[in-house]
Amino acid sequence: MEKWDNNKAWFLVLPVFFVVAFSAIIPLMTVVNYSVQDILAPGQGIFVGPEWYREVLHDPRLHEAFLRQLIFSFTVLAIEVPLGIGVALTLPSKGWGVSACLVILALPLLIPWNVVGTIWVVFSRPDIGLSGVTLNSILNIAYNYTADPVDSWLTVVVMDIWHWTPLVILLCYAGLQAIPEAYYQAAKIDGASRLAVFRYIQLPKMRGVLMIAILLRFMDSFMIYTEPFVLTGGGPGNSTTFLSQFLTKMAIGQFDLGPAAAFSLIYFLVILLFSYIFYTVITNLGKGVAK
Amino acid sequence: MARIVLDDLAHSYRPDPKGPGDYALKRIHTVWEDGGAYALLGPSGCGKTTLLNIISGLLTPSQGRVLYGDADVTRLPPEKRNIAQVFQFPVLYDTMTVRENLAFPLRNRGVPQADAARRVMEVAEALDLVSVLDLKASGLSADAKQKISLGRGLVRSDVAAILFDEPLTVIDPHLKWQLRRKLKEIHERFHLTLIYVTHDQVEAMTFADQVVVMHDGEIVQIGTPQDLFENPEHTFVGYFIGSPGMNLLPATIDGDAAVTDGSRIPLDPALAAKARKAATAGAKLELGIRPMHLRLEDAGEGGVPARVVLVEDQGDCRIVTAAMGQTTLKARVPEGRTIPSGGAVAVFAPEWTRMFADGRLLK
Repeated sequence: MEKWDNNKAWFLVLPVFFVVAFSAIIPLMTVVNYSVQDILAPGQGIFVGPEWYREVLHDPRLHEAFLRQLIFSFTVLAIEVPLGIGVALTLPSKGWGVSACLVILALPLLIPWNVVGTIWVVFSRPDIGLSGVTLNSILNIAYNYTADPVDSWLTVVVMDIWHWTPLVILLCYAGLQAIPEAYYQAAKIDGASRLAVFRYIQLPKMRGVLMIAILLRFMDSFMIYTEPFVLTGGGPGNSTTFLSQFLTKMAIGQFDLGPAAAFSLIYFLVILLFSYIFYTVITNLGKGVAK
Repeated sequence: MARIVLDDLAHSYRPDPKGPGDYALKRIHTVWEDGGAYALLGPSGCGKTTLLNIISGLLTPSQGRVLYGDADVTRLPPEKRNIAQVFQFPVLYDTMTVRENLAFPLRNRGVPQADAARRVMEVAEALDLVSVLDLKASGLSADAKQKISLGRGLVRSDVAAILFDEPLTVIDPHLKWQLRRKLKEIHERFHLTLIYVTHDQVEAMTFADQVVVMHDGEIVQIGTPQDLFENPEHTFVGYFIGSPGMNLLPATIDGDAAVTDGSRIPLDPALAAKARKAATAGAKLELGIRPMHLRLEDAGEGGVPARVVLVEDQGDCRIVTAAMGQTTLKARVPEGRTIPSGGAVAVFAPEWTRMFADGRLLK
């Protein structure tokens, strides 16, 4: 590599270096530091090595929360991605309908997360909520999300779908709009069926945006906190306590900073690992023997 | 296999066209013979792509009919017509191999596997694609991709015509020539009607037997490249074909000579007679001559006085801009001939001097 005569550029990089260090690296390192100490009081700790990691990894409550989290994330992905693609395919591609649809679709994304939770509390309450009353009194289905774990699970999942499917739709729609008209014309001339057009043109062309959609939805759903916290508070029992909430309880409720820090790092690595796997799988999907 | 008849076609992109200005295609009535190589030539926005899309069925014309042989296909969708189209940018199915791409139209039409494989092989050989058959199409170069697009048309045994919409736009210049030659070869081998849209006259002239020149939604001339060059039927053709285009000078007629800007240019007597008749009828006259037929000589040789303004060297020839009174002339001077400096005369060869009345060639 060549040597530069002028090293002035480094000075221009310095501010960024400090900002990133101050906002990301030092806090992260603090967490690393906490994770290997037993914090007795602020500024007073004892080095304990990997003990917290060992403890956290063997905690059965955490195993349960982790499993719950995995089921939740994969459930919402399995519903939101196909649903998002499906809705995006039915949206109009020109005319006034485009803006109307996009604005309506974007509404849930504009609502603050704790408000989303509150909306669903009001919506689902068996005594006064629209869906609660409809289910209980009109359809005669016993439904009480605060008492029944299945009901509360369903409510949390439906809420997430309501809140986040629009993101997938908008991304897919952008991907679809970017396909040049000539592809559809060529497909027509080649006699391709509607299904073939989807399979060989639309889906491959959406690969990029779908990857972003899946990664975003996975990361967000894996870290979900506010909405279930407001809606169910993690209950009934621990049935909707996901990882973030579990972590918050540990760190703030019980002030177990050491284990909470250790767990934070594990949590971070798990998300990184899954994101990496998704990324690799999707980029290589359909590439086959390409050289 | 059939000839293509365009019967009184007109098309407007507006739902309720009022004046002629609302029409992208004004009135097209023409017959294209089976097995011919046609080029649709015209500037951007002249309606050539619209016409192509009507022939392929991607557009339904507002008026008129499209016939393949005797069958009216005006309202048939593209997949029901025996045509294939190659687009400006290569259209490929990215996730498929070259072989799968080529077989795709056959698969959609339920052609048996063995037949399809045989056809694909045949076409791949003709297009020199055999060595890449099992590669992913997305990784290939632009010219190979364009050949695959063409191949998807050729594999179908029922295809009567292949339409090209400026297919060489994204191809490197040195490969354009190769690909054009390939097209010629394919034309001879498969005996298909080829219709080729382009705004590049060199491409049109080298590719086609018949060049269809379009201007402002109308066909202004259909002819061989030589016809277009020597006898442009419309001033637009004269100006558009050739580089630089024909010199067009507003003129009046006086006896056997055209008068432009005070200078008398002698005409062929028969042509002068027609011009006089047109002038009597009130038509606006224009005189046209190709730059290659205009000679510049030293003053005193008997011609129209002109002054050399600019000389552009193009390698094999020089393009001279000369001022004749208020009008500018372009002359093409072959390498090796001297160009008179300053005072000169422009000599108009009478056999190559054309007259236009209201834009139409007098003949």
